[in-house]
Amino acid sequence: MVEIAAPPSAAAESGPPAAPRLDFEIVPRKGLAIVAVVMVLLIAAIADNKLWPLEFFHVAGGAGWTIIDLFLGLVLGPIIGRMSIPARVEFTTKLMPKMVLIMPTVVTATLASGWQLSTMLGTNLSSSPEHGWIVASFIVVGVMAVLALGLLEPANVAVLFELKKPKPNGEVIERLMKRFIYCAGVLGVMQVATLVIMTKLAST
Amino acid sequence: MTERKYPPFTELGMLSLALIVVGGIYLSSHIPQHVPLGPAIALLIASAAVMSVNLTLLRRVPGFAWPRFYQVAKWALAAYLFTAAMIEYAFLRDHLTGGPLVILTLSLIVYAVQVPTLIAFTVARYDTTSSDPADGSLA
Repeated sequence: MVEIAAPPSAAAESGPPAAPRLDFEIVPRKGLAIVAVVMVLLIAAIADNKLWPLEFFHVAGGAGWTIIDLFLGLVLGPIIGRMSIPARVEFTTKLMPKMVLIMPTVVTATLASGWQLSTMLGTNLSSSPEHGWIVASFIVVGVMAVLALGLLEPANVAVLFELKKPKPNGEVIERLMKRFIYCAGVLGVMQVATLVIMTKLAST
Repeated sequence: MTERKYPPFTELGMLSLALIVVGGIYLSSHIPQHVPLGPAIALLIASAAVMSVNLTLLRRVPGFAWPRFYQVAKWALAAYLFTAAMIEYAFLRDHLTGGPLVILTLSLIVYAVQVPTLIAFTVARYDTTSSDPADGSLA
């Protein structure tokens, strides 16, 4: 799906001087404040246990999660693979720190509000006629969680640490970015299953 | 690129996570009926055992970048403890009690430790400049 070549620093290993160290934050400090606000609102929504706030967080978070996965894996990934190497490095240093904050936030908001919503509506009870679909969504989300937490998130953080080094290793970045983009693609495809299940649940 | 030989840390870590996830799905799919806890306990023990074996194998790797590993792991642990606490809060909010609460709480602890170690390992395995002070900040 994507060919990700080594960034310019790969050439540095074979002779030319190292490129200047890239200046970026692995975890953007300003973004942490936004994450904190979202988390406080999410906790308030769960504590309040009212339909609208829970539905808002579940739908908005789920839409963000699904769209990001689909867009990153199936649209942006192939585009990144065809970009020039300096452009790709610059794009990566701007995109990946934001992903460190955005993805855990939308995933936490979606799942926490979704569980509370299903508890409130009773759809997670084994007596519910929708129970089979709910369990199917647990399984899809479970597989996605293992992939995202085990492969995608570590690659995201590791590529940023590599880019921070005085002489980043192009081969390492290439390997990690491939892992990230392929994983996002698989998650994007799995999101289609989530869409099927959730629209089915919303239609009954 | 010459690379040190590592145990299959990521693969075993994902197996440990998968066991926790299966246990969680098993328990949550039976609510509110009485659920036999045996399979969930077995999955939790297996997950914790895989995680322990994984860390033990990693400890045997000579020259592993432990300072970098701990530097990343402590921040990731803070983040994932927060998400685990949120999930725990949702369980308590829904009046979950007894055996299922204990198993799910222990599963959350394994999750909150397992994910940071996966992130920290992926960073530390490529670390070549642990002593570089400019590399020491997450920001």
